[in-house]
Amino acid sequence: MINTFVGNLGHLMAIVAFVTAIITAISYYFYIKAPLSEKASWRNFSRTVFYIHAVACVAVAVSLFEIIYNHRFEYFYAFSHSSKALPVHYMISSFWEGQEGAFILWFFWNVVLGLVLIHTNKFWEGPVMVVFSLVQAFLVSMILGVVIGDLKIGSSPFMLLRDVSEAPIFQINPDFVPEDGTGLNPLLQNIWMVIHPPTLFLGYASTLVPFAFLMGGLAMKKYAEWVRPALPWAIFSAMVLGMGIIMGAYWAYVTLNFGGYWNWDPVENAVYVPWLVMVASIHTMITYKKSSTALKTSIVLVISSFVLVLYATFLVRSGVLGDSSVHSFTDLGLSGQLLIYMLFFLVVAVVLAVKEWKHIPSSEKEASVYSREFWIFIGATTLGLMAFQVIIPTSIPVYNAIVESFGGISNMAPPADQVGFYTKFQLWFAVALALLTGIGQFFWWNKMDKKDLKNSLVTPYVISLVVAAAIITLGKVYDINYMVVVLAGAFTVIANATILIKLLKKRTFKLTGGSLAHIGLGMILIGVMFSSGYSDTISINMSGMTYKKDWEDDLNKENVLLWINKPLQMKDYEVIYRGRHKKVAGVPDYVKADKLEPTDGLNKAIALKDIEARGKIFYSRGDTVNIVLEENSYFKVEYYQEDELKFTLYPMSQPNPSMGLISSPDSKRYLTRDLYTHVSAINDYEDPEWKEDQFENAGPGDQFFINDFVTYFEGAEVVNELEDVELQEGDIAVRANLTIMDYDVEKKLSPIFLIRGNQVGKIPSVDNDLGIKVEIENILPEENKFVFKYNTYQKDYVVMKASVKPMINVLWVGTIIMLIGFTVAIYRRYDEFQKMRNKGLE
Amino acid sequence: MKKGHIIGLGIIAVAITIIITSIGDASTYENFSSAKAMAVSGNEKAIHVVGELKKDHHGNVVGLKVNEDKTSFTFIMVDNDGYEQEVYYNEPVPADFVRSEQVVVIGSYKDEDTFVADKILMKCPSKYQETDIKASNS
Repeated sequence: MINTFVGNLGHLMAIVAFVTAIITAISYYFYIKAPLSEKASWRNFSRTVFYIHAVACVAVAVSLFEIIYNHRFEYFYAFSHSSKALPVHYMISSFWEGQEGAFILWFFWNVVLGLVLIHTNKFWEGPVMVVFSLVQAFLVSMILGVVIGDLKIGSSPFMLLRDVSEAPIFQINPDFVPEDGTGLNPLLQNIWMVIHPPTLFLGYASTLVPFAFLMGGLAMKKYAEWVRPALPWAIFSAMVLGMGIIMGAYWAYVTLNFGGYWNWDPVENAVYVPWLVMVASIHTMITYKKSSTALKTSIVLVISSFVLVLYATFLVRSGVLGDSSVHSFTDLGLSGQLLIYMLFFLVVAVVLAVKEWKHIPSSEKEASVYSREFWIFIGATTLGLMAFQVIIPTSIPVYNAIVESFGGISNMAPPADQVGFYTKFQLWFAVALALLTGIGQFFWWNKMDKKDLKNSLVTPYVISLVVAAAIITLGKVYDINYMVVVLAGAFTVIANATILIKLLKKRTFKLTGGSLAHIGLGMILIGVMFSSGYSDTISINMSGMTYKKDWEDDLNKENVLLWINKPLQMKDYEVIYRGRHKKVAGVPDYVKADKLEPTDGLNKAIALKDIEARGKIFYSRGDTVNIVLEENSYFKVEYYQEDELKFTLYPMSQPNPSMGLISSPDSKRYLTRDLYTHVSAINDYEDPEWKEDQFENAGPGDQFFINDFVTYFEGAEVVNELEDVELQEGDIAVRANLTIMDYDVEKKLSPIFLIRGNQVGKIPSVDNDLGIKVEIENILPEENKFVFKYNTYQKDYVVMKASVKPMINVLWVGTIIMLIGFTVAIYRRYDEFQKMRNKGLE
Repeated sequence: MKKGHIIGLGIIAVAITIIITSIGDASTYENFSSAKAMAVSGNEKAIHVVGELKKDHHGNVVGLKVNEDKTSFTFIMVDNDGYEQEVYYNEPVPADFVRSEQVVVIGSYKDEDTFVADKILMKCPSKYQETDIKASNS
């Protein structure tokens, strides 16, 4: 049965949310303009409308989740983004896999932020909420799904499948509901993907807060007062966006196959750029609060970071990136709407800023080289240039689109080697930044002249030289560029730690945010340098091809082919592939795939052998077991050193019908390095192509070859009981026992020959690892020989890549310290704002 | 000259450097004949070529040769002008490769006959079109 109620409810609520957003904006506008006597009633009215808006937004989200949760595959969204096999936490991921869900998430966060702002502000409530409600109207319009004539506004997630699909089945039976959905992109089936998008969208949503305060400030002619309430939110935004970026990087590191945490993909750049600008704006705002400079710069930066978030959304979701990104979204026909959204706020902000520009106070005094303002300004400029350097090439597809829309032809493409291209700039900018933070922090806490500066910097400088020298020697960093990076990183950490210790001695914990964040930056720099610069691919192919073109010498073969059970030397390790495994619910270890027979039931299989792990039997032969996501296979790879098993990794891979081979690496984690193993290609397990029949006559005790394997025919016996066939009176069953040696593994194959009356039954014995099927074709009693028929196919193999990533934990620890620093700073700045507000000043 | 001016000039200088390098390092979309012309004239820059895999009239991909150790392969690609070119890729065959509607290869000619791809981007039929909505109403 088709349930149209939920969808209609959701759609209705989207319309309600859209209308109430516009009403809220208008009524808050009247609230601002109203005379004092009418303000209270306008405020109550505006708040009520916003509450209705909030309820409607939540109802939209609940409706969509209800559709996914109850597997209502009559809806396109559930059909195309989820399936019955998904556990609940991945259903949450399905919710925002589609763009519509992502927009819902975004405006949901805006609602939360809006509610917080209403209740924490007095003076600013009106102007801020006008901006908020306008943004909400634009965001809700993205999922409105209203068609007026040829004009389509938004793409509704509440469309029924039959209205979207042209499948003929709907003409025969309009009430047809598909059995199952097409599932969630397997790359997103990861716990980090459950929490990464909400974090990122909270980051996106929170960039609106400082922007709204700024717009309010300009409109209300409070050119400077907006900074205090905006500052804690700007830091909050930078922290959450930063956290989102790190989670994305971590997710890429643990699940994606490009072997790293950052790939300079346009989608990644699109978040990185607004974050840089937001961080720059925090610095100029702090300077302004201390010394009344850099207000205009702060205004430009706050507007830029907000508009850049919209630009990022446009880049990622309009389809303009096309083939230049590995994970851009497809165009839902929203690009026009997104463009209007972005241009609207860009134009409003620029017009407002330009109109009020001459009224904005600025300091005419030239900043001295020995002032903190000067150094922080240079730091903010560096951040701005970093952002500029990334956004220019990332926008190449946009230039092409613009040129083409005017009828021209542009064949510009993004740089072929993205990582190399961006790194050569960003690395040096980051080094400059690291040095600036060291110096800047000293200026910040101490008034300095030339002499003081020298005195206070000498000690940290000497210590960092010593520390850097130690890192360089121990880490064997012999590249001059990397030495500079280590030195800069060490200096940042030491210089800021000196400040941190001073502050801690004074017991002023509240003020430690800056130094903590900067220590994090230094550690990130060192961690990135080691883990990327010294990432060592150990799976270099040494197979030595017989025929090779000369240019192939230049190419590193970074993948190795591992045949099952056959050892291969990879640098310091000897590795052996041990076959395909599955994860079975309730069993602590992975279970070999050939012990399980898939059934029609979802994620269910029948055990073909007893399932034993750690000396305990979990399931007996014939039991039905639950597989944890049956599509996923885990490839067991053993790492040996000096004939001793060091560890075993299980990189995952899933042949996905719509996306090809999806692989997730497995890593051996050490404190100082990770060994990362990733599957690049696998055997075809679905329908093996058996080669033509071959025959062999052998007597008991004979030895022969099957597919180069030494096969030993131990003997035959008459058996009275068979595992799969019930024996009847008069049946004769003969079992031949064959032993096949494959390196250190001994395989037993026992085909059966069954005589029942005049009929003969042959039960073959198959070994999937070796790709061998053996049958007893005939028994020749007079010669005491058996005729074996055997077929072979591809022996099991896996193609994989492995690399060592040193010091990656320094990077992760650095990011955590940086986030703690941000949190401390938020607390401090919010505290300041609260004190001023309670004094009735704001 | 004031310090502010010097900094301003410095910023502009860095910005111009960034733009110039971006243009200089940007790759281009080419077809195989222009890519070959570039290689012959000594320009070894990696470029993008958009095209399809060569298919027979049944729609099966032809000319896909996987190396013995399965870690690299060659295939025949037809660019938008219909020019057929053998392309070498130093990675295992991506699993959805033969089903791709469009491929973009990023790389350059290493000799007269072979285009070596450093990277392949594939456009696959979107998930929705691909999945037949099955009529079994069991």
